[in-house]
Amino acid sequence: MTALLEVSGVSVAIGALPLLDGISLSVRRGQILGLVGESGSGKSLTAMAAMGLLPLIGGRVTAGAVRFDGQDLAGMTEGQRRALRGRRIGFVTQNPMTALDPVQRVGDQVDVVSRLHLGLSKSAARARTIDLMAQLRIPEAGAVAEAWPHQLSGGMKQRIVIAMALAGDPDLIIADEPTTALDVTVQAQIIQILGSLVRDRGVALLLITHDMGVVAQICDRVAVLYAGRLAEEGPVGPIFAAPAHPYTAALIGCIPQDGMAKGSLHGIPGAVPSARAFPPGCRFHPRCARATPECTRDVPPLLPRGVGSAACFHMTPEAG
Amino acid sequence: MTDPLIRLDGLSRRFDTGGGLLKAPRSMMAVRDVSLSIAPGEVLGVVGESGCGKSTLARLVLRLIEPTSGRVTFDGTDLTALRPGALRTARRRMAMVFQDPYSSLDPRYTLAEVLAEPFVVQRRPVAQDALTEMLDAVGLPSAMLGSHPHQLSGGQRQRVGIARALALRPDFVVLDEPTASLDVSIQAQIIDLLSDLRSRMGLTYLFISHDLGLVRYFCDRVVVMYLGAVVEVLPRADAAPRHPYTRALIDSGFAPDPSLRRQIAPLSGEIPSPFNLPPGCTFAGRCPRATDLCRRQRPPLEGEGDHPVACFHPY
Repeated sequence: MTALLEVSGVSVAIGALPLLDGISLSVRRGQILGLVGESGSGKSLTAMAAMGLLPLIGGRVTAGAVRFDGQDLAGMTEGQRRALRGRRIGFVTQNPMTALDPVQRVGDQVDVVSRLHLGLSKSAARARTIDLMAQLRIPEAGAVAEAWPHQLSGGMKQRIVIAMALAGDPDLIIADEPTTALDVTVQAQIIQILGSLVRDRGVALLLITHDMGVVAQICDRVAVLYAGRLAEEGPVGPIFAAPAHPYTAALIGCIPQDGMAKGSLHGIPGAVPSARAFPPGCRFHPRCARATPECTRDVPPLLPRGVGSAACFHMTPEAG
Repeated sequence: MTDPLIRLDGLSRRFDTGGGLLKAPRSMMAVRDVSLSIAPGEVLGVVGESGCGKSTLARLVLRLIEPTSGRVTFDGTDLTALRPGALRTARRRMAMVFQDPYSSLDPRYTLAEVLAEPFVVQRRPVAQDALTEMLDAVGLPSAMLGSHPHQLSGGQRQRVGIARALALRPDFVVLDEPTASLDVSIQAQIIDLLSDLRSRMGLTYLFISHDLGLVRYFCDRVVVMYLGAVVEVLPRADAAPRHPYTRALIDSGFAPDPSLRRQIAPLSGEIPSPFNLPPGCTFAGRCPRATDLCRRQRPPLEGEGDHPVACFHPY
């Protein structure tokens, strides 16, 4: 089966400043791809590139291509791209508090998506909105549709934002840290809802997160970004069993777990470099315990490793 | 057993809001009847979701806000009865690290000025050596003394926040979600630093967090709060939870291991409004074990030695 979204060798710059360097990833229908990395690693920028939204922030693709359902985004007019977003690509933002218009009732904000993209009448759009809200387990959907955003809890608002993303009946959903602003019990609800959308409707989901726990729970594949480059990519099972890249291993190792002995939680020393000060060679080398002189000099290529791929001169061998 | 360093007795705080021309004033209990003690050298965790009262509790313990009722005793002294001058003297021995290292450092100050502030407040001379030593203790180079907060990363800023809290060599530090606005990779660095400082300086911590996994990793005992009240005290970090809410919190965390993937059984229902609490157990509306009794009567915090729980049907 071919990929619905295919990002191949995409580099992105804002002005003269290169930010992403040769990112490749793909998502198929019925699949969840987790895109992980620390703040500043380029996750959200990759999502912007995938939706053709870079011009909004003064960015542009300097190499590579983004294809949606086989079509090159660069070959489309802005009108065509706009029709794609909302209709075939739904977007769930990180912060539901700012994603909703505070002076419009939430039901109207969901209605407008299906009226615009599916051409539904006012009453048909409202019926669809209430149906979607019920599917997202919003109690008393009819009454909630009449509410103003400030009357709803964070978890409820995030469900409205997901309903907006679904209203155009999209094939791909891009969710940028959809649960980061929410309490843990609410996060579990939203993660479960997103997972069942993929299973029941066969949509593709690109899930941006910094939480390896969330990736382990619902993703099929994972792509790990570091300082604008892909560190590792592949199916979740083998990668968690034996991460090839020291950065992937470090991201997994910094999550506190049940039964973990005191002192066994390890952070990653230092911080993600800014794009103005990317180090030469492997960009992770200043924080890496395995770094050798080669790493400080040469850029490790992304090479196949088992069923995935990784960019490291000293990658861990496969498990088994 | 040694005497506790901190004791809270029936601590409560009510907030009143509204009360306009056409609006009736409303009030809510942000913290309801909390009694706890913290032993010297202990790390006590307080965990709960937004609105459970954990940050209000942190502020009450240091008397940054006044309690509506109840008492805070620090090393035998009733803090709630102290007059301002005596309170300031008592506060030399306690400190606080705030959640957001972006807003808790004055952007116009250099790090030297940030770190000198506690000495100024306590009317003590500032020794240059002490400032350098403090930066060193939190793993920052002394060359940074002339820097401004905006030149630092989030993790570095939180290290400065910790250095400031430790400036006067306190015995007791309240940590209010000190890693909530940091990346997980940086969170682990800060937790490492805090546990290192604790053993080197003999500190006692009250650690406030929404992350039960983190609290169970870092703390000796864990207090679980829901809508202003304590619902369970875990006597050890690895004790099996007895309250259905604590269990739900644990079940909401995801281990970074796909082989531990599981069916998520999320809580149904919404958190009730703190302005309009139901008469019975405040968790009953979301609880899989709730019965009529729970909806009628509020369960007291009691039971089984050092593991009290506020539930009629605990596990």
